[in-house]
Amino acid sequence: MNNSLTQIIYDSNEIDTVVEIRHLSKSFEQNDILKDLDLFVQRGENVVVLGKSGSGKSTLIKCMIGLIQPDQGEIRVFGEDISAINYRELNELRKRMGFLFQGAALYDSMSVRENLRFPLKHNKRKLSNVEIESMINESLEQVGLLDAIDRMPAELSGGMSKRIGLARTLILNPEIMLYDEPTTGLDTATAKEISQLILDMQRKHKISSIIITHDMHCAKMTADRVVMLKEGVIEAEGTYEELEHSEDPWIKSFFI
Amino acid sequence: MQAIEEKQDLFSGIKRQFAHTGNFIRFAARFFREVFLPPYHRREFLLQCFKTGYQSLPLVGTTAFIMGLVLTIQSRPSLVAFGAESLLPGMVSFSVIKEIGPVITALICAGKISSRMGAELGAMKVTEQIDAMEVSAINPYHYLVVTRVLATTLMVPVLVIFADAISLFASFLAVNIRGDLSLSRFFTLAISRFDFIDIIPAIIKTFFFGFMIGMIGCYKGFNASQGTISVGRAANSAVVAASVSIFVVDMIMVQITDLL
Repeated sequence: MNNSLTQIIYDSNEIDTVVEIRHLSKSFEQNDILKDLDLFVQRGENVVVLGKSGSGKSTLIKCMIGLIQPDQGEIRVFGEDISAINYRELNELRKRMGFLFQGAALYDSMSVRENLRFPLKHNKRKLSNVEIESMINESLEQVGLLDAIDRMPAELSGGMSKRIGLARTLILNPEIMLYDEPTTGLDTATAKEISQLILDMQRKHKISSIIITHDMHCAKMTADRVVMLKEGVIEAEGTYEELEHSEDPWIKSFFI
Repeated sequence: MQAIEEKQDLFSGIKRQFAHTGNFIRFAARFFREVFLPPYHRREFLLQCFKTGYQSLPLVGTTAFIMGLVLTIQSRPSLVAFGAESLLPGMVSFSVIKEIGPVITALICAGKISSRMGAELGAMKVTEQIDAMEVSAINPYHYLVVTRVLATTLMVPVLVIFADAISLFASFLAVNIRGDLSLSRFFTLAISRFDFIDIIPAIIKTFFFGFMIGMIGCYKGFNASQGTISVGRAANSAVVAASVSIFVVDMIMVQITDLL
């Protein structure tokens, strides 16, 4: 499915579109990372972005949450153009989004409990300590790690860190989740658990997700739609099954 | 051909230094824009005061003690030769309070505090913890930099006053190794050389030292590039830059004081 066709489909359903990216370009020094990229995400949809290392996948989601400034193009999240709003407005928008980092990015000077309390304390100031504690417990229960509440990040395994990172993000009830390689570096069983968790969270909270991954099992489990990036442009797009049966050698190379 | 290349390298080096300075000024200017803005992270600020102030007391106290002792022992023969031994407390206190105490204490703080901040924030940057704060709608500059810089700006003067007191006490002990002088007499002689107005510039400059120590440590950490090697580099360059900045600030403050 090419870009213009995708755009026609999403233009007809704009009310349900939570993320609209048009003509996005970004380069670092002489390297063009993203080139005139268009992408649309529907409410409650899981979009998996596939591509080789350096194809611009992480840059794409970092642009979406305002960590990287694009050179050109427009990114609208919930209808707001993120490059046209000020820092405070951007932070208000970020409260409705979640980002799971590749290395989980837990605050290593804080315990698991403090890691979860930190965003709550700063973003939901009206909550009482009892309410905060109950939300922390509930969030850890969701990811099956209530036992780890008083542990320090250094005492957690890679899979546990990812789960805690997910709990920390989900505790703010985001409407859009951005996952940066959520299963990288994990064993097959743990990777499957994380993928299942992503799927469960999407179903339970109706979250729209963009999942950057190299892991085809994760893509197969979680994707409503797969977008394939090649050298900063969308090379192919469709459901997992459609792309799996593609005759294109480059697309096929991902599914072997 | 080689000469042209060397010239180009020199120009690009100078250009880079100007760019660094410009970035640092922008980074520091943000502090003044954000310092009075809510939310106030009191807990983090108090934690930084504890780490910067209380945890530096043993190191600052030890060096200050040695400094006072050595200065007194080494100055004594020269003054004895001129029969001016009674000037020893006044001379030591003048040197310690006006110059040596603030500068040496600030240099020790640059080594201990600036490097800690450079490494700590550098590691947070490399492991995306600063980005994680940003995406959680928490202003990392406000939470990490403002609290730390405010803590060093307020704690370094306290450490300097503490170091001055320890130094003078060590000087009193050194005087009494070969002589017999009561503590009250020592402090009367030490303070007799001072007007209150002499102490003010020495105290004021310590606030600037504290500001530069905190700001440079945070700047280096915040701007660490990817990779663990950059954490070490951030800590190292923070110490070097903060130490140089202490001498520059000292020179400027002495010139200003001299003009007034």
